[in-house]
Amino acid sequence: MMFVPGNNPGMMADAHIYGPDSIMLDLEDSVTMLEKDAARLLVYNALKSIDYGSTEMVVRINPLNTPYGKKDVEAVVKAGVDVIRMPKTETAEEVKELEAEILKVEKEIGREGETRIMAAIESALGVVNAYAIATASKRMMGIALGAEDYSANLKTNRTPGGAELLLAREQIVVAARAAGIACFDTVYSNLDDMESFRKEVELIKTLGFDGKSIINPRQIEIVNEVFTPSEKEINKARAVVAAIREAQAKGSGVISLNGKMVDRPVVIRAERTIALAAAAGVIDKEEML
Amino acid sequence: MITIGPGEGLDIELDSSVAAQFGRQIKSVIEETLSGLGISDAKVKALDKGALDCTIRARVTAAAVRWTGKDVWKD
Repeated sequence: MMFVPGNNPGMMADAHIYGPDSIMLDLEDSVTMLEKDAARLLVYNALKSIDYGSTEMVVRINPLNTPYGKKDVEAVVKAGVDVIRMPKTETAEEVKELEAEILKVEKEIGREGETRIMAAIESALGVVNAYAIATASKRMMGIALGAEDYSANLKTNRTPGGAELLLAREQIVVAARAAGIACFDTVYSNLDDMESFRKEVELIKTLGFDGKSIINPRQIEIVNEVFTPSEKEINKARAVVAAIREAQAKGSGVISLNGKMVDRPVVIRAERTIALAAAAGVIDKEEML
Repeated sequence: MITIGPGEGLDIELDSSVAAQFGRQIKSVIEETLSGLGISDAKVKALDKGALDCTIRARVTAAAVRWTGKDVWKD
């Protein structure tokens, strides 16, 4: 998910060319208060006019308790956005309030139920309430960590190893999995240190995140490299799936492959590896069937 | 950059790096956007560096909304 400032029309026009899975046009922190109205119009017109193809389009709105939030919702829902990212989410009630605002605009234009919600969790209270937030609405498609505000709220600083974020990251992954939705990690802002960026992407993949937020097209390749299964992993997954299919045909649930037991969790992981490889385009989507 | 002020009829002063190729198209987008907002009398100054039509629409609408004080949404 690539962050693009909502007041930069050139970047908004070109962002999809670099091939991110999703683009988040930002009306919140990257736009000054004097430019909120102009940025909202730029985002609205960009969404209405630019062909972003299959790229998922997300807009980060301003909080509903500011003078801008509700106008942002009206504009982006009318423009047909895929996902609204709610910043600084702390409670399930806030999600429900956003849901009501979205529905009001959707009813006006006859597009009910189409707009999904992603909640950014950026405070200790948000982390504590992660599961309640993740299950607050049927529209919830994911939750994401916003680490800058979160570490400030914790009264600490961000460090290269990310020790200060460990609990929040794990809590967000667990809440998302329990709710059956996606989870996305925070941005990494130092573009001059791609090696540390890679380590962070490897860490968050290990923790279970579905993806990483990025601020520059240069970061896309590393995220894709880390998240795309290797040939060895794909072949192992293929062998597991083939073996379990053969066993099922014979009426057996547990089998052995190369001397190791293959049971349901192993098969689930193998199927996810194949799904990820298909999503990354390194194997044929037919294999997922 | 678009600035809008009072005028009689639509008077559009365009300074664009692509005026020779797209000047007529840019003026037409400005006219259509203002007409959609119900504005037929205004003096418009447009400084363009090759923006997309959707950007021009957004800039014109923002300038018009600030000038008139009306918060207009148009689908």
